[in-house]
Amino acid sequence: MPEPIVVSDDLTKRYGRHTVVDAVSLTVHRGEIYGFLGPNGAGKTTTLRMLVGLVRPTRGSARVLDGRPGDPSVLRRVGALIEGPGFYPYLSGRDNLRVLARYNRLTDADVEQALDQVDLSARGGDPYKSYSLGMKQRLGVAAALLGEPDLLILDEPTNGLDPSGMADMRDLIRKLAAQGRTVLLSSHLLGEVQQLCDRVGVIADGRLLTESTVAELRGASSLLVRAEPAVRAEQVIAATLGAVDVRRTADGGLEVHAEPDRNPELVRALVAAGVEVREIRTSERTLEEAFFEMTDHASREELAR
Amino acid sequence: MIASLRAELLRLRKWPVTWVITGVWLTLNVFFGYLLDYLSYRDAAGGGDRRLAGALLAQLSPAQVPSTMVTGLPMFGSALVLILAALATGSGYGWNTWRTVFTQGPGRLSALGGTLLALAVVVVGFTVLTLLTDLAASAIVTAAEGQALTWPGLGELAEGLSGALLIGGTWAAGGALLGILARSPGLSVGLGLVWVLIVENLLRGVASLLGAVEAVTDVLPGTAAGSLAGALGAAGAAEVGGAPGVLTVLSGAQSIALLAAYLVAFVVAAALVMTRRDA
Repeated sequence: MPEPIVVSDDLTKRYGRHTVVDAVSLTVHRGEIYGFLGPNGAGKTTTLRMLVGLVRPTRGSARVLDGRPGDPSVLRRVGALIEGPGFYPYLSGRDNLRVLARYNRLTDADVEQALDQVDLSARGGDPYKSYSLGMKQRLGVAAALLGEPDLLILDEPTNGLDPSGMADMRDLIRKLAAQGRTVLLSSHLLGEVQQLCDRVGVIADGRLLTESTVAELRGASSLLVRAEPAVRAEQVIAATLGAVDVRRTADGGLEVHAEPDRNPELVRALVAAGVEVREIRTSERTLEEAFFEMTDHASREELAR
Repeated sequence: MIASLRAELLRLRKWPVTWVITGVWLTLNVFFGYLLDYLSYRDAAGGGDRRLAGALLAQLSPAQVPSTMVTGLPMFGSALVLILAALATGSGYGWNTWRTVFTQGPGRLSALGGTLLALAVVVVGFTVLTLLTDLAASAIVTAAEGQALTWPGLGELAEGLSGALLIGGTWAAGGALLGILARSPGLSVGLGLVWVLIVENLLRGVASLLGAVEAVTDVLPGTAAGSLAGALGAAGAAEVGGAPGVLTVLSGAQSIALLAAYLVAFVVAAALVMTRRDA
């Protein structure tokens, strides 16, 4: 298991009586893309703000790259884009990065490298206020990349982008992760997290509901079989696969909890037994289904309290 | 801190607001400090009022530059410096640039220190440009009227420059604090202008009627700035070539001490708020 580089313990933030983040304990390992998933207002941004020291926790603690969140020595190794990009509108994209680079004694060559990574070199001289939303987001990522950080914390990096812009941003994040960086990204887009992330933390109403790999979260896959006669098919399945869980679905099919790679073996057995196979396919729970199952459960628990 | 200063100087240098405010101040300074007085002088000379004409011409001499350059500072100059500083810090919340800077890792104190030092550099530039403009304007008037050029002594110049820097620096720090407290450029500028142009003057208006108000008014930053300008020889509104805001309430030493205290208090308060408040 790679070393943990972001660890929060019981991280809590209250504003007055309102608890925005409630005892969140998460772990991000080196080299992974960690998705922080939750609906709008779930507490994702506040958690990330605490991890970069913008906001102080009411309770609990966090360690980022073995240091205290917000410590200058830690922040120099972290690139962050929190709540969208924030730049001087009257400066060009390049000058905005030059201002930020000077804070950390970085050179103009570092600025050019960051612009190049996000494909903004050609438009770097244009005023920031003339940028499209996608270009502004990319400049935000370029700012996060200044100084070659080990850890990228990106808050809703595809927010407000059109489908093409979202795809470009996902490609960029994959590219950055492939360069060996750890990425912690928040999103309310399940598809995005499913496509990008190795591990996921699900947050709702300020509480971390679960933390696991995407595959674990989606649960075991099953085989969906439609065959006639169904009773005979059930017998063959039991004889072929042994003691597996087989359930009748509402539309007369059979849901077989078995690994998808048993599919060819099962087809051969059913055909050999004279069963008419109409359909056999792998059925996987989507992250969306898993997410709603969890958040519904959490809501019911909340109501019960 | 030096790295933060370099970063802030780059963005203030490229900020149109810096140049617009400097340009407005220099224009107002020449207009009220020289052009209007020169026109009044021509009017008085043409009308045969030799005493008034002589007093006005003397006021326009290069020898008077150390006092002329601080004449407009207590009210108009202070207001403009306050606007610049309040915009410099307050707009960082509107554009979310403070958040971006804080996540880059300079440390909050260092980032704020860079901004305050950069504003101090702007105030120095502002003051030096005022001095040069006033020297040029007074030399032109004196030469045009065929008078002998009498330059101010170095000591007087140093006093005028130091006084202008202290007044400008204090209001810059006050503006920066307002921008941070209000987290908004518009609100901080509005509050600052109301204070500098209205509240202090209203309090001064009722101070003679209420002893307690007078005691408070005498220690306000505007009183200290006006009194320092007065101590440096600037003329008050009721005098020839004078300007509103110039006072004789406090001595020069008292004014310097009070302004220095306000400067330190504003900087410390800004640092405390910046480092302790969630961004």
